[in-house]
Amino acid sequence: MPNFTIKNANLYYSDFQALKDINLNINDKNITTFIGPSGCGKSSFLRCLNRMNDLVDGARVTGKFLLGNDETDIYKISDVSELRKRVGMVFQKPNPFPMTIYDNITYGAKMHGIKDKKKLDDIVEKSLRDVAIWEEVKDRLKKSALGLSGGQQQRLCIARTIAIEPEVLLMDEPTSALDPISTIKIEDLVGNLKKDYTIVMVTHNMQQASRLGGHTAFFLNGEIIEYSKTSLLFSNPKEKQTEDYITGRFG
Amino acid sequence: MNNRKLKNTLSYIKIYFGIGISVTILFSILILVLINGIQNLSFEFVFSLDAPRGFSLMPMLATTTVIVVLTLLISVPLGISSAIYLNEYASSKSKLVKIVRSSIETLSGIPSIIYGLFGFLFYVIVLGWSWSIRAGIFTVAIMILPIIIRATEEALKAVPMSYRMGSYALGAGKFYTIRKVVLPAAINGILASIILSIGRLIGETAALLLTAGTLLDMPVNLQSSAATLSVFMYTITIEQGDMNRAYATAIVLMALVLSLNLLANFIAKRLKRD
Amino acid sequence: MTKGVSNTFKKRNVNLTETIAKIFFLVCSLVSALTLFIIIYFIFTNGVPAMFQVGFLDFITGRTWAPEHNYAPQFGMLPMLYASLISTFFAFIIGSRIGKWCAIYLAFFCPKKIYKPLKTMIELLGGIPSVIYGFFGVAVIVPFLRNNFPGFGNSLLAVIIILSMMVLPTVINLSEAALRSVPKHFFEGALALGSTKTEAIFEIVTPAARAGINGAFVLGIGRAVGETMAVIMVAGNVSQMPGSISEFFSTSIFFAPVRTMTTGIALEMSYASGLHRDTLFGIGVILFTIIIILNISLTILNRNETNYAKES
Repeated sequence: MPNFTIKNANLYYSDFQALKDINLNINDKNITTFIGPSGCGKSSFLRCLNRMNDLVDGARVTGKFLLGNDETDIYKISDVSELRKRVGMVFQKPNPFPMTIYDNITYGAKMHGIKDKKKLDDIVEKSLRDVAIWEEVKDRLKKSALGLSGGQQQRLCIARTIAIEPEVLLMDEPTSALDPISTIKIEDLVGNLKKDYTIVMVTHNMQQASRLGGHTAFFLNGEIIEYSKTSLLFSNPKEKQTEDYITGRFG
Repeated sequence: MNNRKLKNTLSYIKIYFGIGISVTILFSILILVLINGIQNLSFEFVFSLDAPRGFSLMPMLATTTVIVVLTLLISVPLGISSAIYLNEYASSKSKLVKIVRSSIETLSGIPSIIYGLFGFLFYVIVLGWSWSIRAGIFTVAIMILPIIIRATEEALKAVPMSYRMGSYALGAGKFYTIRKVVLPAAINGILASIILSIGRLIGETAALLLTAGTLLDMPVNLQSSAATLSVFMYTITIEQGDMNRAYATAIVLMALVLSLNLLANFIAKRLKRD
Repeated sequence: MTKGVSNTFKKRNVNLTETIAKIFFLVCSLVSALTLFIIIYFIFTNGVPAMFQVGFLDFITGRTWAPEHNYAPQFGMLPMLYASLISTFFAFIIGSRIGKWCAIYLAFFCPKKIYKPLKTMIELLGGIPSVIYGFFGVAVIVPFLRNNFPGFGNSLLAVIIILSMMVLPTVINLSEAALRSVPKHFFEGALALGSTKTEAIFEIVTPAARAGINGAFVLGIGRAVGETMAVIMVAGNVSQMPGSISEFFSTSIFFAPVRTMTTGIALEMSYASGLHRDTLFGIGVILFTIIIILNISLTILNRNETNYAKES
């Protein structure tokens, strides 16, 4: 059951074509990883899914991006805020806002109109429990989020995103700035979250992709070369280029 | 080889001479003002409300305060808003933005006497405001505008892009992001620029001499002509030639301006550390 | 398959506050920029006609400034132009050297322990109001000159000394920033080739920082040429200049009182009227033009230079 269907997507930065005719079905309540060498377009594609490319001067997207059961074309939504509430994003480097942990979590909820104190408290507790740092931070909710460790910060950022209950969670190499132990913790967390969310993750790390399972798409030069079940893609790649990449011959 | 050694020695002489003379200048000004100022300073001279004209700084302190506060009320909102547009909204390729930017750049290089000249012509003569506090305020408000704009822009630039991205990704619009994330993160830099502007305003003389006048009475309203502390410092030295009172005024003026500069410095450094 | 449903990427923002905010900020920045054009408009529309009424050449090259003469007032501003330019020239020669050396010390030789207090002091030097510099001139420099040299102390030399002091902080702070922004490998490369520390700094790093240092110099010149209060207090304010070439090259010019353009404006504006007042705006036009020329020349000067300070 696809949650996000992309048909004939192209992305241009001014004259440069960054993505060429992408077709992809992203499955509901599952995890989809994007792999490929740097500059292959995997991150650019991720940013098409919540229209972050809107912010880039000269960026232009064509094609269909149909989200959810109602198959809304996300580029026909007039208010991007509505889209980004449904499609959340976690970045490469943890980027908590320079405010308290509590305010970080409630930032999105308040913006989308929730004012009730009790409700906000509940959201904070639930989101932090979901990312498994509630116990660690429950006594310092009113302290600055910048005092947390890198791994904690990244989990806070995930909590901040799921606090507004998105359908899809986009993650752009969420562990690349973290140490190995924090990385494992985030991976475990992502494994749990896929029960409730559709997760799309860009990763540089092929072991990570195979550990997470689900589906994997291999990007090269702005195209999807191969897309299949992760286990299948790594054990039995159909394309020569995929095989070269996963066996470390380039990239 | 000898030649090289000589050049080497000469280089050392140059740099030690440079730093030596700079430090000497500051110290001689500070010490001169400090020693002679303290001798001539008295409580009455600063605070007395019924001393004869020119024998109490109270009217000048009042004028200075009024001018500083009202000028900031104009320049700070306008300056911060302009900086927000330039840094957050404007595309660097736009022709209009380039013109705006270089205009502000040019404004910051204009000497204060030109601002005075303009203020005198426009407010005092054309609008018929005569020499008055309001003419002074509107003149120096333009003068400190580029200082606030540039410093605010620096402060906004120092806010990491990732904060904005995080906010947009949660569905926030630009204005919401600016209000809730960017401005709070830049507040120290903006504050430092405001304090620096206060220092500049207190020290400003030429522009106010031509627009607010030199009257030494307690200002009654914004239409009054009135001297600020710096303008008084000038008239007492040159027109009245009373060095004792001049020293006492100098120490008050220096103390105000230098402590503001130190404060701005401190806040800006704290900003860098964060 | 429907190919290419074009989605142009301009924000179609339905949110009214967002749009209003954007327009508000745009208007603010336009108002800020507009002030420059208003200033130019008023000063030029008053100054330029007056210049031509006097006669442009008579105005620029006339040596007599006698605006209050009943029958034949004369508006020759050459002595003021001369005083402004020559005082700025010497102040620049002195201030820029000392400032540059001082910046080199701060950037490369200053022990860590004393750097902070020293840097703070230099910054404070820049924050001292110009009336205080003027007052220092009246209290110390003028009496010193009066007691040791010919003349009454209020003189071109006093102006030069005060202005040299005043341009120092600008030159030091900006030059230091320029020196610090030069990539480290320039310095290390020079050392590796056998240069001494001073050679590496004076011959490699300093030239590489030229763009930034030029900027510092131009800003310093701008500050000197536009300075009013400090100059008014020590210049003597007589509108005069050397009468002959030989006089120009004698040391006596330094001990003679002078009146610069800025002080001319400040001293006479309060009582001038009619054509006299408009000629003061004419002086303003000339001053303004000099400042603009300075800015343009910096752009030309730095056209072929890499400004590391701006790149970083």
